[in-house]
Formats: sequence, C-alpha cells, structure tokens
Amino acid sequence: MDLLRFATAGSVDDGKSTLIGRLLLDSKAIFEDQLEAVERTSMAKGYDYTDLALLTDGLRSEREQGITIDVAYRYFATPTRKFIIADTPGHVQYTRNMVTGASTADLGLVLVDARQGLTEQSRRHAVILSLLRVPHLVLAVNKMDLVDFSEDVFNSIQNEFTSFATKLTIPDLTIVPISALQGDNVVKRSEHMPWYAGPSLIHHLEHVHVASDRDLVDARFPVQYVVRPKSDEFHDYRGYAGRIAGGVLKPGDDVLVLPSGFTSTIAGIDHFHTEIEEAFPPMSVTIRLADDLDVSRGDMICRPQNAPEPSQDIDAMVCWMTNAPLRPRQKLAIKHTTRTGRVLVKDVQYRLDVNTLHRDLETKELGLNEIGRVQLRTTIPLLCDPYEKNRTTGSFILVDEATGVTVGAGMIN
Amino acid sequence: MSNTAAPPAHADYRLSQLDELEAESIHIFREVAAEFEKPVLMFSGGKDSICMMRLAEKAFYPAKIPFPVLQVDTGFDFPEVLSCRDSWVSRLGVRLIVASVDQAIADGVVVDDGKTSRNRLQTGTLLNAIEKEGFTAAFGGGRRDEEKARAKERVYSHRDEFGQWDPKNQRPELWSLYNGRIRAGEHMRIFPLSNWTELDVWYYIGQEKIELPEIYFSHTREVFVRDGMLLSAGDHLLLRPGETVQERTVRFRTVGDMTLTGCVESNASDVAAIIDEIAIARVTERGATRGDDRFSEAAMEDRKREGYF
Repeated sequence: MDLLRFATAGSVDDGKSTLIGRLLLDSKAIFEDQLEAVERTSMAKGYDYTDLALLTDGLRSEREQGITIDVAYRYFATPTRKFIIADTPGHVQYTRNMVTGASTADLGLVLVDARQGLTEQSRRHAVILSLLRVPHLVLAVNKMDLVDFSEDVFNSIQNEFTSFATKLTIPDLTIVPISALQGDNVVKRSEHMPWYAGPSLIHHLEHVHVASDRDLVDARFPVQYVVRPKSDEFHDYRGYAGRIAGGVLKPGDDVLVLPSGFTSTIAGIDHFHTEIEEAFPPMSVTIRLADDLDVSRGDMICRPQNAPEPSQDIDAMVCWMTNAPLRPRQKLAIKHTTRTGRVLVKDVQYRLDVNTLHRDLETKELGLNEIGRVQLRTTIPLLCDPYEKNRTTGSFILVDEATGVTVGAGMIN
Repeated sequence: MSNTAAPPAHADYRLSQLDELEAESIHIFREVAAEFEKPVLMFSGGKDSICMMRLAEKAFYPAKIPFPVLQVDTGFDFPEVLSCRDSWVSRLGVRLIVASVDQAIADGVVVDDGKTSRNRLQTGTLLNAIEKEGFTAAFGGGRRDEEKARAKERVYSHRDEFGQWDPKNQRPELWSLYNGRIRAGEHMRIFPLSNWTELDVWYYIGQEKIELPEIYFSHTREVFVRDGMLLSAGDHLLLRPGETVQERTVRFRTVGDMTLTGCVESNASDVAAIIDEIAIARVTERGATRGDDRFSEAAMEDRKREGYF
C-alpha cells in the first residue's frame, strides 16, 4: 500500500464537501460519533439534511461563519492506497491556502458544477495547481444528475477546459462526470452515463501512476543534521542525516559536497540498524562518506557531474501571504532546503492575474494572496534547481524577521 | 554497522505508506533538533508517544536522542503505563523530567477547585514545566485524524508567551519547509505524527514490534459504567449511587488519566487482533473513551487554545 496526497479545490456550491463526505463515508473513514455530531448540529441549525461540510469545518469560527478558512487535512484508505486530502477553501481571498495545500500534492482535484460550467474560480484553481507543478489534475464535473446526465453538457465543459489547459503545465489530465450526492462515478461506475467509458473517481485515484513523478536522475541530498554519537561503540561515527530530495544514491558513488566543492565517496547509507543499498526520494537516511570532510547542515551532497548551480540571484514566482505588501528593497529571511539566510527584494517584475494569466507589469508590489515574478538577492548562495525540475530544491519560504511569520512561498524559475 | 538485513524491495522506487510516513516524521525530528535550542518530547505513555520515541530513536541513531522526555504526572496514571515509560527511558538513556500535577497544586501553579478535571489541570502544569525549563519546542503525539480542530493544525504549531494556540492566525506551512522562528518566551508544539491515522500507528507498532503498556491489550478488569463509558474501578474514583462494579474483559484504546479514560470490551490480545477490531470500529477512539472531549463539539479546540497537548 502506498500513499497519495491530493488537494481538493472548489466551494460548497460545487459540492466539494459532499464529495469528500462521500469518499470518507464510503471508505469508512467517518465514524458514527462524528456523523452524529454533524447530524445534531445540522438539526440545531434547522437544516433538513445532514450538512457534510460540517465534518471538515473544524474551527468554531468557521462553523459560526459557515465558511472554511483554513486547509484541513483528511485521511482515508482503500485496500490499495492511503490518501491524504488537503482540503482547501475556494474563495478568491484564500489563494494562500490553496498554494499551501497544492505544495505537497501529487494530484489536484478541481470540482465544477455541471450546470454552471467553468467559472473564474475553477480556472484559478487549475492555474494554481499548474504553478505548483502538481503533476496530475482531475476535473470532476459534479451534479451530473441535475443536467440529466447529459453527454453534451459534459463534452462542452470538457472541451472548454481542455483548451484552457493547453496554456498551463498539466502533464496528466483526467475529466470525470460525477454526482457526489448520488454516488455516480465516485466509487462505482454510473449506470446513468453509459456514454462515459473512463474510470470512476476512486478507481482513478487508486491507480494513477505517480512513480514517475519524482526526479530519480539528479541526486540531491541536503544535509539536515550531523550524527556524531561520540560513544565508545561508535567512537568515530560521523553520519550526515537528511532526506533524499532527488536521484538515487548508493554506497560507492562518487559525490560532490556543495558549497565547499570537496569530493568523496559514499562509504555507507544507514537507516537505523540497517545498511541500505539504494536511497531515493523521499527517504530519510544517514550517509557516511569515505573521507573526513567538514560537512554541516545546509550543505548539499550531489554527484560531481550533476550538481545544482550555487546562486545568490534568484528569479522566482512568489505567492504573497500577508497583508502588508511585498515591495522592492524589502529585506526578509529565507529558508531553502536546510539553508537559511536573508534576502533583499530587487524587483517585482510582474503580477500574475491567476484568473486570466494576464501579466501586470505596472504594479511593482504584491498584495495578500497575489502571485508574481520576483527577483531576489540572497546573503548566502542557494544550491537550487528550477522548481519545474525539483519541487524540493526549487522551493523556498520567506519569513518576516520581526514577527517570525511565514509571509511568502517561492518557486524558482 | 553490524546488521545488514536485506533492504526492502523497492521495484519502482516507491515507499510503502508506513515508510513514507516514517521518513516524514524522522525529517521533522531532525529539523527540530537542528533548529531549536531546547526541544523536549512530551511523553504520555500512550501508543502515539511511544511511536514518537521509536521515530526519534531512529532519527538520531546511533547517537542518543538529543533532547529530554517530559511527562506530566496526573497522580492517576496507570501503573502499567509508568513501568512502560521507565523501560523506554532506561533503554534509550534519555533524561526524564516528571512534572507533577500534585506538586503544581501544592506550589499554587494550578488551582484544584474540586470541579476541574485533572486533565485540565495538566495544561497549567505542562505550561509551567515548559516555561521553567525554558523549552523552545515540545513534541506531541497529536494526529490530525483524531479530531476536527486538529485536522487544521500545523506540524509546527506556534504558541505565544502564554502558551496559547491561535487557530485563526496559523502560519502557512508549505512543502516540507518548516518555519521554526519564535520570539523570546514563545514556544513551538511539534506534531511529527500529524499525517498518521490510528490504523497507521497500529500497523507501525506491529511492523516495528514496539513495546506498549499492557492495558492496550485485552485483560480482565473491575469496571463500572458512568455516562455511557466503562471506567476502571479503584481508589481513584468514588462510586455514585446506582453504579456497580463488574468484571469485564476489556482493553484501552487511549491512555490518559485513570479517572477519565474509559475502556472498551474487547478480546483483542495482540496487535493483529486490534487492527481487525479498529478496521470495523464505528466510533473514533476519543469519542469512545475520552470523557474530556465530550463537553462540547469544540471541547478540543478550547483546550488546545489554552495550551493543551
């Protein structure tokens, strides 16, 4: 059994909560007491139906306001896969939540209401998933029962979305007609849509091929922590602990350590009591080198012929996440892999309209929930790859030094 | 290293869900140890905190876990849990700090008005211990599948100088780039098991053959029914009129204060049987057995805001 992380986007009106409720109910991830609590609340509010949205609206303020204000993580499993859903709100002001949910997702699920067709919101969701390089996208055309399961309606939404998607980076697109309320094509193939030859939503989620999504060629190992037991038994042990960010590393491999430029050979790769023969993403391991080098947190172990280019001038797409705008000349802290430093904002090149993909070159700042292309100068060289090649070595966060709050998320071009 | 067991087969370079969760948790432990001055692991003796111990052990092996372990002693802890705690602590050679609720009451740190549950008194005791020792990061075994306020909590969960959680003002958490910045007096709660479910924890306990307190497995015990829950009978609880003690075959699904933690009737005597039982269970572990979560739909959120685990 493996793990698939997916992000959902859409609003209550699209039936997103109903769909998630159905996935959780049908996979028995919701328990009686949780369902009872939701039924009680629905009754107290005077609804004549069980509002499944209440299952995911976890904070009191959200229940009071009837809107989801934050990313909620939900879990369910089928016999073949465990799923982690990052459930993000759909409103325009919550771009930052969608970016957050998409950052770790293998797959993005966008919902549209078959009666409405594509909306500005569904386009925006697809744009964000594409910017975050989520490799698989599923467009679920919901409420098919309300359009008499019409093939024409589905085809027209499918054509419109496919043509829009050509402007984006979406390596794998699947479009499924469903009725979350009645369960059509959610778990079982629908009898109401014989014209649809594709898989049910769950079948697709269970079988979508994600093994090729990671970069298994370009070895990248950001050193996280140096393990030095200094005990009698392991007197000379010196291991570099971290998580493989790319490629496959094996004992005997020649390696290059950045930024020092020293070379060595991998003497062994440890995982607890076991010596392992191959380490690949996203494994957490401890690497021992044949030579006694000065390697510390923030360094990067890679291969001599295949190394990231150290750079202090960073060109990136940045999603801004706080009220006070991002402006040129601003100074911020940055965290990239296991490296931390400071940055100076050199320029805001353009602001991207995530609804139309229009580039606004006039505005030289980014407000809350806005995304734009930004030039940064860093105090330390970043050992980075383009985000499109590696989502781990190509991403960073920006932190306000006064408050300590995370204010920006960046994807290196 | 001595042991060279065959590595797991990874034909397509995919990890199993347990291996991926383990890798994520180990990454979190190492990140905290690297970036925080004084971390501590909050150990309740329950299965989640024991899982955390194993993950921390793996993260730093062959070195020792580079931070101490903190336990809040409610005065009503199950003896089986304390002996399991002692066995883990001595095997790993970590420092154990016990913050006692009774001591906190005696010192006037928290006030026992006779109505407040011991569980709530733990919060004050815990915050006092964190402040006194100057801990800047405290690992907790909370999981997002436990309860819906937790479903929105970050892996790095910021606490202000009063130890409070502000759910509306959480820092965005992207990729695996955790932001550990705090100001003086603040601290961070760290939840390495955020993405684990109850079943994942049990599968992992089975896979790793992890030692747990015996009360998790089926045994006979003197119990009585209160508010629909089966509570353990003994000196710690006075029977109310109409309550009678019976012997039943039970096990505990969570471990907490004896006055609040209910058990369930069960014949599951090993991990495999427990997994079968959970797979068909229809009530969450907290709903079934924790009196402290029952007060209101927002009970957990309220306690978390105050600085509970």
